[in-house]
Amino acid sequence: MINIFAGAVGLGLIWGIVTLGIFISYRVLGMPDLSVEGSIVTGAAVATMLIISGAHPLLALLGATLAGAAAGTITGFLHTRLKIPALLSGILTMTALYSINIRIMDGRPNVPLLRTDTLLTPLVDLGLTRDYAIIVIALAAVILVVGALRWFLTTEFGSALRATGNNPHMSTAQGINTKTMKLVGLACANSLVGLAGGLLAQYQGFVDVQMGIGAIVIALASLIIGEVIFGRTTLLRSMIAVVLGAIVYRIIIAMVLEAGMAATDLRLFTAITVALALWLPSARDQIDIISRRIRHKAHTFGQSGDDSKQTGQTG
Amino acid sequence: MLALNKVNLSFNTGTVNEVQALKDLGLLLEQGDFVVVIGGNGSGKSTMLNTVSGTYLPDNGKIVLDGKDITFMPEHVRAKYVGRVFQDPMRGTAPDMTIEENLALAHRRGEKRSFRRGIRAAERTQYRELLSRLDLGLEDRLNTRIGLLSGGQRQAITLLMATLQNPKVLLLDEHTAALDPKTAAKVLEISVHLIEESYLTTLMVTHNMADAIKYGNRLVLMREGEIIFEATGQQKASLTVPELVDKFISAGVEVLV
Ligand SMILES: Nc1ncnc2c1ncn2[C@@H]1O[C@H](COP(=O)(O)OP(=O)(O)OP(=O)(O)O)[C@@H](O)[C@H]1O
Ligand SMILES: [Mg+2]
Repeated sequence: MINIFAGAVGLGLIWGIVTLGIFISYRVLGMPDLSVEGSIVTGAAVATMLIISGAHPLLALLGATLAGAAAGTITGFLHTRLKIPALLSGILTMTALYSINIRIMDGRPNVPLLRTDTLLTPLVDLGLTRDYAIIVIALAAVILVVGALRWFLTTEFGSALRATGNNPHMSTAQGINTKTMKLVGLACANSLVGLAGGLLAQYQGFVDVQMGIGAIVIALASLIIGEVIFGRTTLLRSMIAVVLGAIVYRIIIAMVLEAGMAATDLRLFTAITVALALWLPSARDQIDIISRRIRHKAHTFGQSGDDSKQTGQTG
Repeated sequence: MLALNKVNLSFNTGTVNEVQALKDLGLLLEQGDFVVVIGGNGSGKSTMLNTVSGTYLPDNGKIVLDGKDITFMPEHVRAKYVGRVFQDPMRGTAPDMTIEENLALAHRRGEKRSFRRGIRAAERTQYRELLSRLDLGLEDRLNTRIGLLSGGQRQAITLLMATLQNPKVLLLDEHTAALDPKTAAKVLEISVHLIEESYLTTLMVTHNMADAIKYGNRLVLMREGEIIFEATGQQKASLTVPELVDKFISAGVEVLV
């Protein structure tokens, strides 16, 4: 059980970085960005191929980050310059990336990363298990990313980025080029997703062209779980919350699998979780209206009873 | 100085819904002119302001600001010279950002946004001072999210944001129309104060005839995309509400008083 737990935390930290990417596109910019399903693979593929060709694993991560940024730029270009709706732009990039990713992987759908040094190697040599090694590495990455985002989003430029997502009319009126902001925001979001892909490949020891499927829903689930449990009062708090949300999500998954759920049912489980979580805010109102309706009916029923009594008396 | 020269603008060109919203529109504002714009619904008032701000680009014609042709200058670039307050109080501010963050965004209008801090300490003192002059008790709430404020408070802050960088032209499009009468009067008073203090060149749209007479040094009446009546200085000051309503009626504009 403790082993499953450690694995879940490591994976959760990596997915926490994906979730921070979604935090930027979905929360800060208010755009559902589906390109992450492709850019996470791009990051993994670039990192894997770089390591195989002898590059330092850290350099491989840098490559993964830049490749993710490039993917986000494509989505941003389609959306802001060609005026294609955000959702569709993401789908187009995701689709195109499938082919590009296989090209990066030398035409193969799956590339193993065996018997090569990765970021985990030095820690494993020190006697840590892979699960603990990735916790150390991913935690360091999360701290760096959260710190960098916290700095970036409170600069003049970052404030303009937040304003763009919050009120585009006001932003334009205040001289902000909202197109550029969206483009930069999407590049930024996907650079994080690429970075996470690079870490994931090194942890798992392979890249698979299918590994991104469902990424958007997993990240959304993590984001919402994190916000609901840990709150979103400040920027820093929100960011820490969504990373913790990703860890909680992984632990939940590990537990339901342990309890005997078929791995193939996971996506259904995740989709239902996200649907319920997205429903939550309006659910309160709906339940409130239903209860008011019931009380109203009970009240009217009582009154009409009185009415009939009155007519009975007069008649 | 702002000049609109034979500006034409049509919507839905080439369809059955084609509307010519501006027809050979010409208007010249000297530095410090405070022009009140009136006219019936759909007469093109908002469209005129939106071509000045760059929200709509004209079919033809020319818009010149301080000698610079801005006809096709992109909206966000033009924002450097243009302060705006919209009718909808939700439009002018970022609701999830704080009062000081909103003011800081406006403070950098027309400047390059770099990777320095979004707000510097010295600014806070300045903002507190500006807010206290509004007399709405907002000076102690710099860190309050704008979304928690009332429409009137938001409009007052939007006014501050629009004037913080001394715009070359200030555009007010029925900016008090969504407020209750008392708040509307207060916000209008703040507007006039800010305009007179900095001698701002202003275009203000209103449907309130009394306000139209009381404020500004010029008045223009629009119909179907054209300016059909104009009053300046003494002539404007001596206008009465009934006279103005007559102008409306003789212009074929239906009015309810
Ligand atoms: N975005 C648009 N698309 C199509 N038609 C438009 C658009 N904006 C304005 N119009 C049309 O242009 C004409 C002028 O509209 P405008 O909004 O400028 O009027 P207005 O004088 O501001 O009226 P109101 O007093 O109701 O605000 C109207 O016929 C209107 O229907
Ligand atoms: Mg209007």
